[in-house]
Amino acid sequence: MGFNIYDFSTFTHNLHVWFNQQMSPGWATTVEWVIVGVLYLTFVALMGLFLIYAERKVCAAFQQRIGPNRVGPWGLIQTIADMIKMMMKELVAPLHIDKFLYNLAPFIIICCMFLTLAAIPFAPGLQGLDFDIGVFYLSAVSSISVIGILLAGWSSNNKYSLIGGIRAGAQIISYELSVGMSLMTVVILAGTMQFSGIIEGQRDLWFIFKGHIPAFIAFVIFIIAGTAETNRGPFDLAEAESELTAGFHTEYSGIKFGLFYVGEFVNMFVVAAVAATVFLGGWMPLHFGGFESFNHVMDLIPPIVWFFLKSFGIVFIIMWLKWSFPRLRVDQILTLEWKYLLPINLVNILVMTIVVLTKFHF
Amino acid sequence: MAEIKEIFINSDNLETDEFKINMGPQHPAGHGVLRLVVTLEGEIVRNVDPNIGFIHSGIEKMCESLAYNQIVHLTDRMDYLSAHISNEAVCLCVENALQIEVPDRVKYIRTIMDELMRISSHQLWFGAYGMDMGASTALFYGLRDREKILDIFEETCGARVTLNYNMPGGLMFDIKPNFQKQVKDYIKFLRKKLPEYDKLVSGNIIFTERTKGVGILSLEDCIAYGVTGPSGRASNFSCDVRKHHPYSAYPFVKFEEILDTTCDTYARYYNRIREMWESLNIIEQLIDNIPEGDYAVKMKGVVKLPEGEYMQRVETARGDFGVFIVSDGKKNPYRVKFRSPGFSNLFAVNKMSKGIKIGDLVATLGALDPVMPDIDR
Repeated sequence: MGFNIYDFSTFTHNLHVWFNQQMSPGWATTVEWVIVGVLYLTFVALMGLFLIYAERKVCAAFQQRIGPNRVGPWGLIQTIADMIKMMMKELVAPLHIDKFLYNLAPFIIICCMFLTLAAIPFAPGLQGLDFDIGVFYLSAVSSISVIGILLAGWSSNNKYSLIGGIRAGAQIISYELSVGMSLMTVVILAGTMQFSGIIEGQRDLWFIFKGHIPAFIAFVIFIIAGTAETNRGPFDLAEAESELTAGFHTEYSGIKFGLFYVGEFVNMFVVAAVAATVFLGGWMPLHFGGFESFNHVMDLIPPIVWFFLKSFGIVFIIMWLKWSFPRLRVDQILTLEWKYLLPINLVNILVMTIVVLTKFHF
Repeated sequence: MAEIKEIFINSDNLETDEFKINMGPQHPAGHGVLRLVVTLEGEIVRNVDPNIGFIHSGIEKMCESLAYNQIVHLTDRMDYLSAHISNEAVCLCVENALQIEVPDRVKYIRTIMDELMRISSHQLWFGAYGMDMGASTALFYGLRDREKILDIFEETCGARVTLNYNMPGGLMFDIKPNFQKQVKDYIKFLRKKLPEYDKLVSGNIIFTERTKGVGILSLEDCIAYGVTGPSGRASNFSCDVRKHHPYSAYPFVKFEEILDTTCDTYARYYNRIREMWESLNIIEQLIDNIPEGDYAVKMKGVVKLPEGEYMQRVETARGDFGVFIVSDGKKNPYRVKFRSPGFSNLFAVNKMSKGIKIGDLVATLGALDPVMPDIDR
């Protein structure tokens, strides 16, 4: 089959050829779809479990606690136990809700999560969709999740949920701008919107170094805006537990709450993965143009390891932010976006354009 | 045209923009079973109506059928975070009524325990306030340091929160031999740890942005509502009972009354941090000078107060706590009234929170440090 940890493209290609030999092209495509779907489902489930465990441990470390340590070695099975509990819980729906929208909301969030995940390149040849408008596609589908949150807030027949939903709407739509524009800054540098092209462009140097000052500003803005878009602290206004009990998912129980919960964590991973891909080279090992032997040593580490190392590094930063900052107020969150991040971003794009035109980058 | 005008005129009376939510009795920001009926216009708070009584336990009425040394043990169920100080209020009241002079040793130990209790209360408050603001790490910083104080309490009298260490005429037991060393170690420990609080919360830009200039309570309103304690002193209301009506060992120590003129939520927050520093100073002045002597005065088995009215004020962690006893000369009091600081402080929240956001309402309420059993009694 030609399985190679450094490059999956021959393996996937051979697999595709093999399926086509065994059955008609139509069936082969269907089988491939099913396999890819199951792989993504498994990945999301495992990633959700792992990130929840990681968050508990990281949070515990910041708060001078131990974290889960009773179920399994180092509490590793704790989240699995929690997941089983959550799946077995009764689904309690309050009275006078809009049943259709109430039940639809968690699935919109999950669907949106899968759509964004599809564009993430995990390793060479290991990518669901490699559109030539990849960055555009990603920012388009990632903003669908706000519909799920708004519907959840609207349909639950609860004032806390409604306030949470409206807050999330205002917040996510605002920060969508910053996410898009900070990605555009890099697209100008890369000259392409395709993720594989963006990664290929970082073969000599990661964009955060290559684009120096404007790229770094874009990176910081992306982390802030990405955190805000996934509704995580210090921007967790939509579910501010001390103000709105649990915000938009107050009335959800059992696995429906679980879907929101997993959605939040995997979305955080998606933000981290996009940041890693666009700014830190994705699966591309750390390369410096000209240092051949150094680059060769770095190439020995498989790309998929590079990708997850960078992604989890950024996930750690996002968790760090959450556990050290208090929550912002709703007007402050909008002030931050419209009065600070957006103007800085616009100027930053201009600076990046000048940098690219004058070739004043590494 | 006339129809449209009519609709506009009528819609003024409908109040379609405002809606009410019930925050509590079960709400994460309630600090217990407090119900706030909040009138909102979108995110903006228009009116706050605190509803209390969910944990009312009839302590004042119960006191009428109990002996004086039994009343002491009810008071630490009220403001459980400054249990020792409330105990002391009743003890001082009974001692004053009987005109008993307790030994200096008792006064010193009581004051040291008072200040330790105040620090531990402020530490828990610091954590809870962090939670209100969404900074949950603060809770564990507060609890970490509070545990050590509770350990000292446990070794001294066997209890960690509701101490029951005071009784009319003195203390239940003498202090343990290593009490002084433990307390001195703790002073050193906390002086190292308190700057961490500033680093984590007080100096945080998000925190200062959210609290400075929010929940203003002017000095006039502060006095009108009877807001005392660190919350009152944040509005420059000099109301420290320890300073103005000193009791126990407070006349022997030099300390500063923490005042602030900014009148906002941040001042209320930072006053408590400064009070912790000041409490450490008070303890430091006393801990080495605990005089030798008895730890209690010999009292009669049945305490009977002479007929009359007796009042004693103390400064708990929340403010001015008063005990008013009416005696008809029997072994039970005729009537007991507690003036709890939390009750007066809580009702100023409406004045402070008009026109601010929901998030600020939580911040303003939290800065008053409400303890529900203290308010409901």
